[in-house]
Amino acid sequence: MSTSSATQGGFYSRIGIQGVTLVLFAGSIASYFLFPEHLALLTQLFVLMVFALSYDLLQGHGGIVSLGHAAFFGLGAYAAAILARTGYNDPLLGLVFAAIVSALVALVLTPIIVRGNDFTRLLVTLGVASLVYEAANRMRWLTGGADGLPDFEIAPLLGLYRFDFEGRTAFIYSFAVFALTYMFLWRVVTSPFGLALRGIRENARRMPAIGSPVRRHLAVAYTLSGGVAGIAGAVLAQTSRFASLDMLGFDRSAEIMMVATLGGSGHMVGVSVGAAAFGWLKDVLSTVSPKYWQLGLGIVLMLSVFVARGGIGSLLDRLRFRRSA
Amino acid sequence: MSNLITVTVDGIAYGMLLFLFAVGLSVTLGLMRFINLAHGAFAMGGAYLAVVLVNSGGLPFLLALPLVFIATGAVGAVMERSVIRHLYDRGALQQVLFSIGLAFALSAIATIVFGPQQQGVQIPSWLLGRISIFGLQISGYRVFLVVSGAVTAAALAYLFDYTLFGARIRAAVDNRVAAEGIGIKVDRLFVTTFAIGSALAGVGGALSIEMLGLDPTFAFKYLTMLLMIVAIGGAGSIEGSLLAALFLGVVDALFKYFLPEAGSFVIFGVLVAVLVVRPNGLRGRTA
Amino acid sequence: MTAALSTKDLSVRFGAFRAVDGVNLNVRPGARHALIGPNGAGKTTLVHALTGSLSPTEGSIAIFGEDITRLSEKDRVRRGLARTFQINQLFRGLSVLDNVVLAIMERDRKTLAFWRSAAADKRAHDEAREHLAFVNLTPHADRAVRDLPYGSQRLLEIAIALATKPRILILDEPAAGVPSSESQAIFERIHALPQDLTLLFIEHDMSLVFRFSDRISVLVAGQVMVEGTPAEISSDDRVKEIYLGRRTGHAA
Ligand SMILES: Nc1ncnc2c1ncn2[C@@H]1O[C@H](COP(=O)(O)OP(=O)(O)OP(=O)(O)O)[C@@H](O)[C@H]1O
Ligand SMILES: [Mg+2]
Repeated sequence: MSTSSATQGGFYSRIGIQGVTLVLFAGSIASYFLFPEHLALLTQLFVLMVFALSYDLLQGHGGIVSLGHAAFFGLGAYAAAILARTGYNDPLLGLVFAAIVSALVALVLTPIIVRGNDFTRLLVTLGVASLVYEAANRMRWLTGGADGLPDFEIAPLLGLYRFDFEGRTAFIYSFAVFALTYMFLWRVVTSPFGLALRGIRENARRMPAIGSPVRRHLAVAYTLSGGVAGIAGAVLAQTSRFASLDMLGFDRSAEIMMVATLGGSGHMVGVSVGAAAFGWLKDVLSTVSPKYWQLGLGIVLMLSVFVARGGIGSLLDRLRFRRSA
Repeated sequence: MSNLITVTVDGIAYGMLLFLFAVGLSVTLGLMRFINLAHGAFAMGGAYLAVVLVNSGGLPFLLALPLVFIATGAVGAVMERSVIRHLYDRGALQQVLFSIGLAFALSAIATIVFGPQQQGVQIPSWLLGRISIFGLQISGYRVFLVVSGAVTAAALAYLFDYTLFGARIRAAVDNRVAAEGIGIKVDRLFVTTFAIGSALAGVGGALSIEMLGLDPTFAFKYLTMLLMIVAIGGAGSIEGSLLAALFLGVVDALFKYFLPEAGSFVIFGVLVAVLVVRPNGLRGRTA
Repeated sequence: MTAALSTKDLSVRFGAFRAVDGVNLNVRPGARHALIGPNGAGKTTLVHALTGSLSPTEGSIAIFGEDITRLSEKDRVRRGLARTFQINQLFRGLSVLDNVVLAIMERDRKTLAFWRSAAADKRAHDEAREHLAFVNLTPHADRAVRDLPYGSQRLLEIAIALATKPRILILDEPAAGVPSSESQAIFERIHALPQDLTLLFIEHDMSLVFRFSDRISVLVAGQVMVEGTPAEISSDDRVKEIYLGRRTGHAA
């Protein structure tokens, strides 16, 4: 059966996606038993996956580039940390609060972000993110400035499960957030709104000629994407009990752009797998030798423009088609 | 009062430095529509080359500058011919990814070769002395920067706005096919323009060691500032870049001196405000 | 009777150059109105101004008596004014069916919903298939547009515009770039459109224009030089000289 949302070599045909998604989820759960010593790293990988998916909604599905997406991630982290320090330290409450703060800021910023071409958009997002960074840096009384916000307690999850030293609760918490966000975003991209978003990516000029409210679509996309990025940041802050300026920085914005592209723009499984692989490789290699990691990353990025276009996602597709053929 | 003047003069010198630094980016971006986030890394390359030539090669600083210009220009030309020309008709995203990758690689190579520590370069002592102008004590190097910036700006404005070369490159950007149709060698124009942009980056980097220092983070540290100048000045506009760089340099210096709490906040605020009001920059040409 | 589409002293200037120069157009409801003129006469620019993708320097535009000069392109589509493009403007990475489904969902204001499944909307899909059937694209429904032959892409242009349920449809050289054997087929489809749909179309091939239009406006250098029935136009000396004279060798 073929469905209407068949794009990108039929990847969105429902049956296929459910299969691959189940493998992805099963792999995520299996990692708990396979690498019990590395639960903290796995938690960070889930955070990176959620963040990458939030960016992919914009760039992969809407075709809107951004060099400042870490602003929303960092806002979420600070929102969760600040709320926890005032004593409201329920993790889910923090998550909701962070999502709302980031989504609202994204919504407020859309009028200046959705106009212009790709280049001005890159600059505006970079400029806005730098502005947020500097604001966080200056407002020491709220954010701790360059020292960050350490030392806050997070209440047990659902009032039952304490965030333990080995990181078991953190793993389950971050995995649950990842799985739910994944399913939410999956619904978004296969919805009528998701179709319109891909319409904008494919031909923004035609959209008004079929009566499409393009700016409104972009505002919704930005708000959703900002909110999900804020959730990712909040999970990182809550599970590491720390919020710091680097969560807002340019490096993180550039990194998420690479992760989403190397994973395969517009391909949610590819982006998730790509984020996990990237986070893991970075953890392993950058502790061995940060400079050679950076060199390798640079070379891979340059090559990626010429070979392996479509990233991990298109590799997965090819595997799948070979098997079913 | 004299404080205000001294700080302003400092800001002007800093602005001129930023101009030298950014103008190559403005040229490649505005005229060739190539988003080169490795521009800061090219500048870093030029700066390291100057360090090697002066400190190890024993060359005088002023003699090293033309060599840096030629060398970074040549490297730029080779890169344009081999890789970058394949990126012109790719989207902004591909250009950004490629050039970030290039900047990463160059910065990593700098760390591997030179280590993470700060580098300095020997500047002739007569340049470092203070000069008295209208009763103001100004460092000679700042005067040197201002003069270099002004000369570069005039030369570039002349080259791009008044020569046949400039006219051709504009024709080629507006309509490549038509330009080729009337016999313009677009390939050669683009490689020349890119080489000029890279050479200017290299010299800008070499000149900035004295004021900004040099280490492998240089590749990214000033990138935002560079892009801001291009954005505010309008990509492709020499005068725009000059005005934007001077403006940002002075504003930055004034606020750092009189209101340090505000930090770079003001600068980014100015950028966002300008882009909201004038998405194509103050002097930008609407495409 | 109020015109379906009318303009008053409509002008579009690019700098000092008048691409459209004081055009007064009247298209009656249900018309098959052709707009002809030499290359560069300003036909496409006029269409842009009519549909709102660029704003006129002077003059006004009305559909069914309502002034739409200040409405956005999107709002004009919502009032029933749709168009096709001389150069394909399709969603190349999407399937053929999705191209039409998207237009239907935008028309029905369903695209704000991000919580529903698009695939589950059977009504929209059935309607989309009807539009595709009308332009004979049913066998291609599930292919990606970029893999479609060029002639079929021209038909998809029309299907997308139809999906907006227009009252007035403007076709900018619907058969541009296809061999004359296929352009016949495209015009057969246009001819089969409902009689109450008002059509304004641009076409260079005079035999097609005379066969399928009931009214013709001739645009030269941004101005309407003459307007009339096909019979009147074919016997007009100025038209012969300025337009037909140049193209007879070409059209044969
Ligand atoms: N954006 C623009 N800026 C400046 N001039 C333009 C612009 N768009 C069109 N023109 C000019 O306006 C004139 C009319 O162009 P237009 O595309 O409307 O002609 P046309 O009648 O549709 O021609 P064709 O039959 O070739 O499609 C041409 O001379 C064209 O070069
Ligand atoms: Mg035309």
